[in-house]
Amino acid sequence: MGFLRLLLLREICVAYKHFGDNAIIVLFFLLAAILFPLGVGPEPKLLAIMGPGILWVIALLASLLSFGKLFSSDFGDGSLEQLALTPAPLELVSLAKAAAHWLTTGIPLMILAPLIAVLYQMPYSGYITLFITLAIGTPTISLIGTVGAALILGSKRGSVLISLLVVPFIIPILIFGTTAIEASINGSSTEKHLMFLGACFLIALVFSPVATAASLRQALE
Amino acid sequence: MRFFGENISCIRGERLVFSNLNFSIEPGNALIITGNNGSGKTSLLRLMAGLSRPASGHISWLDGDIWDDPETHHTRLHFIGHLTALKSTLSVKENLEIWSRLHGGRKKNIVETIKKLNLEGLEDTHCQKLSAGQKQRASLARLAANEAPLWLLDEPTTALDAISVDLLYSMIKTHIKGSGICVIATNTALSIENCLELNMQDFAAGPKHDGEFL
Repeated sequence: MGFLRLLLLREICVAYKHFGDNAIIVLFFLLAAILFPLGVGPEPKLLAIMGPGILWVIALLASLLSFGKLFSSDFGDGSLEQLALTPAPLELVSLAKAAAHWLTTGIPLMILAPLIAVLYQMPYSGYITLFITLAIGTPTISLIGTVGAALILGSKRGSVLISLLVVPFIIPILIFGTTAIEASINGSSTEKHLMFLGACFLIALVFSPVATAASLRQALE
Repeated sequence: MRFFGENISCIRGERLVFSNLNFSIEPGNALIITGNNGSGKTSLLRLMAGLSRPASGHISWLDGDIWDDPETHHTRLHFIGHLTALKSTLSVKENLEIWSRLHGGRKKNIVETIKKLNLEGLEDTHCQKLSAGQKQRASLARLAANEAPLWLLDEPTTALDAISVDLLYSMIKTHIKGSGICVIATNTALSIENCLELNMQDFAAGPKHDGEFL
């Protein structure tokens, strides 16, 4: 537990100094959300229907933006080498990376999402479910993204590659996230959808640190 | 306590870099690895650190292969590579603190370490503003911040001025006197007592075959 806390502290310290990088991601999220109504027209009924889907798609794209640099700067300056040589196992390093990514990009998106939902005139009955789906979905995206970020280390067109690698695995989260919100707006039960989301999170939580650590070891060879 | 390797060979990118390499170091000794560029000095150090696995052969500490328990092996070594592992946006002190605490060190040691490495006045400077020599010194400070019996140094004198080189020598000497082990990969002549030399040329793989034209 001590290692995890120290590793997290390190990540957050570095993220704080690179505040601009994270701000850009949040800004992208806001901007994309504002541009959609301009593109499809300001019809309130249409926006209310499309709201949950758009919110989830841009939350996904915004997090994709941030994965490219997740490990590459540590890889480039030798920090990854030293992290591999600490008594902490690389699996824990990977978990700390995912957790830090979620804290610095997932949480800001979660806080902003309800504001954007207001913009789209989403019915109030969907707000709590929106928040819950994001609370389960964004850490899952962070976990899946760290695997992709570790796999692209050393390749030249990493940032393009990572989208191709990660997106197929995120599709289930997108589907269950939006259907859960729609279900709560229509007044039906959201239980099924949320349980599927939770299952995705748990699977990612188990497999992501192991897969990430394995690909980091490969990159360091 | 004895650090040794038997019949090690190393393959990098489908090329056999060296083979049948043996080494053995007793506590209180230094091993200097020499050899031309590309002869595998860094590769050997990375094998010793447990960062990569040898293609064949074993590297052992006492009687246990280091790959039986890599995490324990990591607790007993310091590896100073080409890369400084300094985060450019963090200060010298913050960088040192991260590595020291991850290795189980205390905050108190940091102040002493900064003094020892002549980094006073620079502790709050962001690492991106340091000169190459200062960066190397900040990287070497990790050696002083935490105790570890095995030091693996890759060209540690790079970019250092004469005073800093002397400082590094005295650090290495005290480490060896305290029955530590030091492995240094270098091409500059070093004046260290009790040191063995390992020339990579002796273990180089046979003539290279670059395709079918030869």
